[in-house]
Amino acid sequence: HLATSLPLPSERDHLRPRIDLIVFMIDLKSKYSLKNVETSLAYVDASFFLGKVCFLVTGVGRVNACSIEMNAVCKLGETYCSPVLFCELELEGIRATTAQRLVRILRICAGHIPGVSALSFVSMMRKSDAD
Amino acid sequence: EKADPQKTAFLLRKAWTLYSVTPLYGFRRGRLRDYARLLSAFIAAEKQKGLAVEVGVELDIKVALSSLADIRGSEQDQAALLVQLSSRSRGSPRNSEDKPVWWGWFCSVFGDELSESVPEHFTCLPLFLSHGAESYTALVGSWFQKTFDCCFRRLAISPLNLSWMVAMWAGCKLDRAASAVELVFSVPRLAQPLDISYAIHPEDAKALWDTVQKTPGEITQEEVDVFMDCLYAHFHRHFKIHLSAAKLVKISTAIASAHCDGIVKILHSQYLPGVLMLLTELAISQIQ
Repeated sequence: HLATSLPLPSERDHLRPRIDLIVFMIDLKSKYSLKNVETSLAYVDASFFLGKVCFLVTGVGRVNACSIEMNAVCKLGETYCSPVLFCELELEGIRATTAQRLVRILRICAGHIPGVSALSFVSMMRKSDAD
Repeated sequence: EKADPQKTAFLLRKAWTLYSVTPLYGFRRGRLRDYARLLSAFIAAEKQKGLAVEVGVELDIKVALSSLADIRGSEQDQAALLVQLSSRSRGSPRNSEDKPVWWGWFCSVFGDELSESVPEHFTCLPLFLSHGAESYTALVGSWFQKTFDCCFRRLAISPLNLSWMVAMWAGCKLDRAASAVELVFSVPRLAQPLDISYAIHPEDAKALWDTVQKTPGEITQEEVDVFMDCLYAHFHRHFKIHLSAAKLVKISTAIASAHCDGIVKILHSQYLPGVLMLLTELAISQIQ
């Protein structure tokens, strides 16, 4: 399910399936996309931040078209204790690999992988903070 | 060779194409005359090979290399190096003046970060600016690359860096009437490319920057963000367009203008060192 921003329209709440993972997409070429994500984060229930949120940053292939400072994005990941994935969606090969990564993360968040839960992502984030 | 505004006047109001240059190996300031002779011979030889530049009138290209002693920041900086190509058509009389056709200059303004990290025998002049036919730039560039084992790369300016420039320069104090502060945005992913030009009265821009900047002489990313966000919000209020989703491609102030393809024009001699310092920094970060 794709949405341009949060909150989702409440009229369709009863029709919506359970949400296992929220991927916030930030385009390094668009300052607006960062602002949009920051505003939308406020509408996310706190329970999602236990491994069911991740940030997908695209546009890393073009340093010269950057409108957002990399630090700002990394700080966002730290503040919300959620992983930040970097990719370049304009390249077909990377699009495919990124999609596969997201599906793997989604399967874990949905509880399809025995022995691993979304909470593993949180402890992974904690570990890298300590390093 | 003390500060001579006449000498540096030619630098103003010209569109300069920017390059980053890696340190030059074996460059000797005392051999400028020799280098000029060698470069001249190189250009003549390339012309013979048929890699000629100008079609039509037979032109003799004269090369002059000189130092611009006052274009530097700290004591560690090397003085700027100017290369000038002039032409004289073969038909014209001996005492007729040479017409300058191309300028290129290397400089370093507070480029200590780079010069402190290079070994001996290397000369650091990381910023190169050229004005004139691209074919001459290619000739001069390839001679320097062959002779001093260095590497030239076009220096692009990201929207992030352009917004730093417009915030910094719009906030500068100017005594006489200044021109408008202009930002040009390119809107992506449309069938027909669309450019949006946003012009702001220079006094309004300076007043906005003055309310944002906390410590005079210091600028932070947060302050630049607040400045730009105010401009975006104002535009959105009137036109319902989010400029922050478009690509900032060109900025123009009374001090200088800059385009994302790496083309700048410096308009005010007082702020020349400040502009060069910023550009030197960009060149160094592209090299490293």
